[in-house]
Formats: sequence, C-alpha cells, structure tokens
Amino acid sequence: MSLPIKGIVMAEIRNYTLNFGPQHPAAHGVLRLVLEMEGETVKRADPHIGLLHRATEKLAESKVFNQSIGYMDRLDYVSMMCNEHAYVMAIEKLLGIEPPIRAQYIRVMFDEITRILNHLLWLGAHSLDLGAMTVFLYTFREREDLMDCYEAVSGARMHATYYRPGGVYRDLPERMPRYKETKWRSAKDIAKRNETRQGSLLDFIWAFTERFPGCVDEYETLLTDNRIWKQRTVGVGVVSPERAMQLGFSGPMLRGSGIAWDLRKKQPYAVYDQLDFDIPVGLNGDCYDRYLVRVEEMRQSNKIIRQCVEWLQANPGPVMLSDHKITPPSRVEMKTDMESLIHHFKLFTEGYCVPEGEVYSAIEHPKGEFGIYLISDGANKPFRVKIRAAGFPHLAALDEMCRGHMLADLVAILSSQDIVFGEIDR
Amino acid sequence: MVTVEALAARIQELLPHAITNSTCAIDQLTLEVPVEQLRALCKILRDEPDLQFEMLMDICGVDYLGYGRDEWRTEQATATGFSRGAERDITYVKTPNNTPRFAIVYHLLSITHNYRVRLRVFIEGEVPMVPSVTDIWNSANWYEREAFDLFGILFEDHPDLRRILTDYGFIGHPFRKDFPLIGETEVRYDAASGRVIYEPVSIESRTLVPRVIRHDNRYLAREVRNVVADKGDSNG
Repeated sequence: MSLPIKGIVMAEIRNYTLNFGPQHPAAHGVLRLVLEMEGETVKRADPHIGLLHRATEKLAESKVFNQSIGYMDRLDYVSMMCNEHAYVMAIEKLLGIEPPIRAQYIRVMFDEITRILNHLLWLGAHSLDLGAMTVFLYTFREREDLMDCYEAVSGARMHATYYRPGGVYRDLPERMPRYKETKWRSAKDIAKRNETRQGSLLDFIWAFTERFPGCVDEYETLLTDNRIWKQRTVGVGVVSPERAMQLGFSGPMLRGSGIAWDLRKKQPYAVYDQLDFDIPVGLNGDCYDRYLVRVEEMRQSNKIIRQCVEWLQANPGPVMLSDHKITPPSRVEMKTDMESLIHHFKLFTEGYCVPEGEVYSAIEHPKGEFGIYLISDGANKPFRVKIRAAGFPHLAALDEMCRGHMLADLVAILSSQDIVFGEIDR
Repeated sequence: MVTVEALAARIQELLPHAITNSTCAIDQLTLEVPVEQLRALCKILRDEPDLQFEMLMDICGVDYLGYGRDEWRTEQATATGFSRGAERDITYVKTPNNTPRFAIVYHLLSITHNYRVRLRVFIEGEVPMVPSVTDIWNSANWYEREAFDLFGILFEDHPDLRRILTDYGFIGHPFRKDFPLIGETEVRYDAASGRVIYEPVSIESRTLVPRVIRHDNRYLAREVRNVVADKGDSNG
C-alpha cells in the first residue's frame, strides 16, 4: 500500500521474516525466535527452543536417585534449591518419610533466599532489556551476599546439591566465612566488608534482611514511578485471567493477571502453613503488574526469611533423618561402627530402592509451579522423571502475547515472563 | 476441599463407562481412561461446575518397556552366587501385565476447587496415536509437541505437530527406552572437509551402577494396600 501525502510517496511496507537470536542479549540465553513482521509490528512469533536440551529426564533414568539432585540445580540455574526441593520431596513422598522440622525450616528459608536471588536477577535483566542499566548493578550487589549464604552452607555458590531425601546435607555453619586481607584492599575496607560476618550464618542472613527492604525501596525509586519504565510496560502483553488459566500459567504470571493462586498458601508444603506472609496479586495482567507482583514477593520473602531465622535460632535439632537405609551415617560413625560402614558402602555404591508407585510433587518456584512427576518401579533408579518446568507454558504463550505489538515490546514481554532456558529445554 | 475418594466417586458417577481403573496413592488420584473416551472425559472435567479442572499442568509421555526389570540379580544370591556385573544383553520385551507400551499422562488442576487429578491413557497399536486436547486446554500445544518429539506419539488434529526439543533434522525419538543414552550420532568438526560432520557414536555405553530392585520389608505393607485399591491388579 502506498499513500501519496503532499507529493511524497511513502515506501511500500513489506512483510518480512526476522530471525531473533539464538545469540541475542535480550533472548535470555539461547532462544531462537522466528518473527513474521509487518513493518515493525509482530504478526507471528515462533520460538525455536531446545538449543540447551540436555535430556536431563533421560539422564536421571540411568542414575541412582541421589545422583540426580545435582542435575536439578542445573535446570533453572537461577533458582537452584527450589528445583532440588521439588525433586527431593517427590522421593520423600514415595518413600513415605518426612524430614525433621529443622530441616524443613532450613529448606523454606533457602527457598525464599532463592526466590529473592531469582527475582533480583530477573529485575536486573528485565530493566537492562528496557534500557535501565543501574538496577542491574544494584541487584547484583545483593545477589552477591545471598550467593555467599549458598556457599557457606553447601560449598558451592550456585549448584548446591544441599537438599537430600530425609533432610538437608548438613546444619547451618556456626561461623560465617570472612574476607581475608590482601595487598589490594586496605584493612579498613576489609573490616567494613566483614562487619556483618562476625557471627554465624543466621546472624549474617538476619543482617541482610534488616537492610534488604531498603534496597528494594532503591529499586522502586528507580523504576516504579519512572515515566519511561511505565511507558514501556503498562498495557504491554496483557493476559486476561481466563486466558492465563487456559494457557497454563502459574506463579507471578498467573498472579499478575489477578488470580490469587500460590501453592505455598493453597497446597502448603514443608512449613509454609506455620508462617505469616501475603500473596501479592496484580489487576491488569500487563508487564507492569507482573513487575509489581515480583517486587512485592521479594518483600514477602524477606518477611518469611526473618521468621525462619528466628525459629532456627531458638530451635536446634537434627537436620537429617537417622534412618541409614536412606541417609548416610556420619564419617565418625562410619569409621568406628561396622553397621554404619555397611550402610555407607551400600548407599554410595547402590543407593536405596524406592517403592513402586508414582507421585507428582509441585512447589511454588519463583517462576511458577515447578513439578516433578516421578514413576518408580521399585528400583534404585527412577523409571521416569518428568519435569514440569514453570517457564515452558509461559514461553509457549509468547506468540499470543506479542501479536500486534512492536518489536521492542516483544523484548519487554519476553523478559517479563522470566525465561530461563535451563528449565525450559531441560 | 473434598477428599480424593469423593472426587473419584463423583467423576465415576458423571461418566460411568469412561474410566477403566482409578487408584488413590499418596493422596493423589489417578484415572485410567481408554483412548476413545479421552476427549469426552476431558471436556466434562473442564466444564462440570463441581469439577472445573480449568488448567492442564503437564502432559507426560511414558514408555513402559522394561518396567520392573533389573540388571543385577539379587534374589537367588544364595543358590548361585551374585552375578558379576550388569547384564548388558538385555533385550526389552515386556511391559507389566502385557499393557501397551506407551502411555500419556495428563496432570489437571482445578483452581476453583483446589484439587488435582491425573489421567493416564494407554495407547495400543504400532503407531501410537491419541486425540489432541489442544482445543480443550491451549497449554497442551507444546506439551504434545514435546511428547511427539521425545516418544514419537502422534496427536490427532494437533495444529502444528513439529519437533520441539531436539535438533533440526534429528532422527529417532530419544526418550524411548530402546534409544541409547549416549545417542546414535555424534557431531565434530572435520578439518579435511572443512565442515561439521555427523558420525555414528564412537564411545561405548556402560553401566556404572546397575539397576537393582530389592523387595524391602518395610514397604510390603504399603504395596499390599495399593494392590487392594487397584481392584486385583497384581502389580505389586
């Protein structure tokens, strides 16, 4: 179509196909999008996924149950311990065991630390995609502290393998690791950085929760009432509640559309029913509401962590079941007691057999409902593990969400979905 | 929230002939449905006001080949001694109770009433085929593509049944139990021809920890309970 306006002939706009990714900074990993464009308007988006497919489910079938916990970390590699939680809970349900109460509090605390970790990364990346550089630097400053918590408890900053069937691998450390003096940093600087690291891990987490609401205020100052931010997100990628359910949304994507659904409240697991927190719900189902929901979730997670820290400081106890058919005995026992030695040997060479049956265990993952469907035929390895990745249906709905939007809005919608390819491609 | 048993009874009442078997284990309800009844049952589950399963959470393909088969004999140890390692020449031939090899498992969630249900459809025939539920729950689209890609299960009337997770031009269905874990082909850069080439795998598959089934006394009581619930299904 060409329109003659005041003697100027407009160029004829043609439809064309645009290849977006797989190596694109706003593609959040390895997404290849084939876009059918009309001018700058998206007519159809066809996501090509699977570039990070590692056949985790097939690998799990060839390994004893405990060896796959590490694979769970690598699914959604920004919310590691939450993935572990779903998998470990599925095994526990089949075995018919319940971890000690202290282990459940530790799990809930680390689930919420993980939620903050995830939302911080999301917030940083989302704002970076929409042109706000500063927030990214701020959120990574806080992420650093939370990664230190991971490291203190498990030795690894990301892929912790901390949750085990029957509890958690070990109790929280009494002493938080400190920075050592180097020739590049002055003693004064080191002392300042070690200020909150003088006590135990719990003291360090407590100090974090003291200052974290202020950090969230900082992010909100930069974004919430920012005119550019609102222009880029308000009314973009609107999903009605009916469509959200039809499309299988969960987590902040579903709550952003105004449905108050949170597994922590509706189908509580671990000790969530003992804790006091609220579920933020959006109104319009656009990118801005999803942003508001996630920011408020960080504040609520902070509240949950504080309750857990208080409980954990007051209630010492075991963090792992002492049933050595399932959990390994301590090193000391193993070296002094014959039966413990046998248990240790059997567990680490053969693993434990899980009774025949099937179970679906779902948790409220930072991205939505993360589920593990586990079929056991009575062997020491799972017969089938199906991972219900939270982001999978969200990305499937990308086509519908961005039809008729501009190319730049597609980036906003994509990053508001909080996509991580580790879990989508599995 | 109603109990799982009451939910099962209600579904049975609505469609008396659609369900061949229903089991409750670990507080989760599983319904087995014949392929022909699947779509009718799905529509009722979604639309009936006191069920309202408005969300399809997951579709999972299952290949039951070699179910319940171990690689290392542990039962006759006293008579013949332990075998010396994993048995490699296992030719998978059987599924439990001669049920069909493939099954599709649907996980449904009702947000209104806060309950879940699991549907299992066993698929007969050389070419496994089930009707698509994409028009009942739109979220089924990618899940069905995934089951097609990984298991080779066909979905009738699916709008766009393409591979989704495997590589462009991939041959075979990798999650089938007879597909080797290390795959069939490997990719490398060939300096002589100056391009990336595909070759048959050069490494050998090996088993580090054999698959072992032990009948643990602690679980026997539970197994018996399940069998009773299964109405004589002698699986345990």
